[in-house]
Amino acid sequence: MDLLSPVWLTLKLAAVTTVILLLISTPLAWWLAQSKSKWAATIEAIVALPLVLPPTVLGFYLLLALGANGVIGGPWSSLTGSALTFTFTGLVIASVLYSLPFVVQPLQNAFIGVDKKTLEAAWCLRASRLDAFFSVILPLSLRGYVTAAVLGFTHTMGEFGVVLMVGGSIPGETQVLSIAIYEHVEVLDYQSAHVLSAGLLIFTFVVLSAVYLINRRFPGHAH
Amino acid sequence: MRIKADFDITFAGFHLDVNLDVPAKGVTTLFGPSGAGKSTVLRCLAGLERSASGYMQIGDVVWQDEQNNYFMEAHQRSIGYVFQEPRLFGHLTVQKNLEYGYKRTPEKARRVDRDQVIDMLDINRLMQRKPHKLSGGEQQRVAIGRALLASPKLLLMDEPLASLDNARKKEVLPFIRKLHDELDIPVIYVSHSLQEVLQITDTMVFMQAGENVATGPITSLCSELGLSHYLGDMSGSVIETTVETHEEMFGLSRLNFPGGELYVPQQSLAIGAHQRVHILARNVGIALQKPQITTSFLNVMEAAVVEVTVPDNRSHAVQIKLDVGVPLLANISRKSLHTLRLESGQKCYALIKAVSLAYDTIE
Repeated sequence: MDLLSPVWLTLKLAAVTTVILLLISTPLAWWLAQSKSKWAATIEAIVALPLVLPPTVLGFYLLLALGANGVIGGPWSSLTGSALTFTFTGLVIASVLYSLPFVVQPLQNAFIGVDKKTLEAAWCLRASRLDAFFSVILPLSLRGYVTAAVLGFTHTMGEFGVVLMVGGSIPGETQVLSIAIYEHVEVLDYQSAHVLSAGLLIFTFVVLSAVYLINRRFPGHAH
Repeated sequence: MRIKADFDITFAGFHLDVNLDVPAKGVTTLFGPSGAGKSTVLRCLAGLERSASGYMQIGDVVWQDEQNNYFMEAHQRSIGYVFQEPRLFGHLTVQKNLEYGYKRTPEKARRVDRDQVIDMLDINRLMQRKPHKLSGGEQQRVAIGRALLASPKLLLMDEPLASLDNARKKEVLPFIRKLHDELDIPVIYVSHSLQEVLQITDTMVFMQAGENVATGPITSLCSELGLSHYLGDMSGSVIETTVETHEEMFGLSRLNFPGGELYVPQQSLAIGAHQRVHILARNVGIALQKPQITTSFLNVMEAAVVEVTVPDNRSHAVQIKLDVGVPLLANISRKSLHTLRLESGQKCYALIKAVSLAYDTIE
């Protein structure tokens, strides 16, 4: 089996997942940071579930939901004619749910950290709510975005249980790094397992170090 | 042009019920103790708070009319808001902060000259710095500039000196006075310090417990027997004067007012310059005969009693309104009132112990 194919697939999955996550987490985290609704706590709990649930539980329900008769997979297959399980698209959906808290929480904290008073100042300078969000909130939350993106990316790279349940191990389609490593070990190909494991370990460590270093060097804009 | 506003809003444990009708010209000061609701009025005017039964218009333009379910959002109102704290954008340089509102103002609505403002506030050398590299006074000046450059039709200033120490206050106050003199933008200014607003206020609004209790020109309002107590321990008359001459030998300036002359510590003001003075009622004494040359009081003038407050047996003092060419309030003891037998129309002499101009006081 091609040693590098799972690497590219994993990077692609992590990149696509991170982009989607940043897009949907921004309004979600903003709502959670601002909302006084009684539902906010419930939504927060739902977002946090993947942090504590065994990945197999999440994977099991996703397998049912994404399947040809599932609540998502059913309409999808009647629209596109193909199933979602054991496909790259299915993996992306699963990864988005699985890594959601790792992106939402840093963003939510960053938004909470931006003083409401600063926002009011922007409104009083002719900035609409949307304008003020992009010109004031977003730049002041830049550190939160970097943290969210890196955590979302690295966490997606490292997932195993959910991918195995939903995606299986189809080379070039759903066989990501963690699965590939597992399979190398199963056939006692420790050499290949070593290369991939060490590579993932070093890559993740370097990226996380870089982020924490940046966060220490530039302690935000809060003054 | 006038500013009319009617707000009725209730928060936990606080009820605001104000009905403003003030000129859309010069500086209107909302004056009162903390908790009187002054800042809330500004927030309502800005559109940051929405009162369920509110109304507000400036000139012919209506910004809020809840009866017709109309409410203009803050960003659609042409306002400048200077808060107690500078609230600068930490991620932007001073220049970008200044440009924030300027850029968002349609070109044909830009009525404030950029260079004039930067010059007036003396912030030119700060342009490339980030806000956290500035002193508190510098930050507040930038905040004022930022608000002005959005070409507001109404400038709201909420105790803009409150977060500054006395030295910084003295640094920023002259800029606020220049604002008053150089730009034709109506200002609503919130303060609880008469010294801060003495020179800049045109219209005074006394506020207490969520209501506006009196409105009028600062000079007449502060000299009203029944209103002066809203100034708290600063109760006393405000008088318009012009600088007549400086007596450098004694370090004094002589000021002219419709009733005569007043000596104050020498001011760095041009002859003929306009200056308001504040005379605390407790610093004014009354004599029935003209004191001879043997008094140390510099400011003694002929007066006539206009009105005496009804003595309250629980209080040792009474307040008296005198006419010295302009109204002048005096606090004397009830015992003195009894001894002097003062009544309306009576001729007497006012002995003024101290005259204050903003932050300086003569003893």
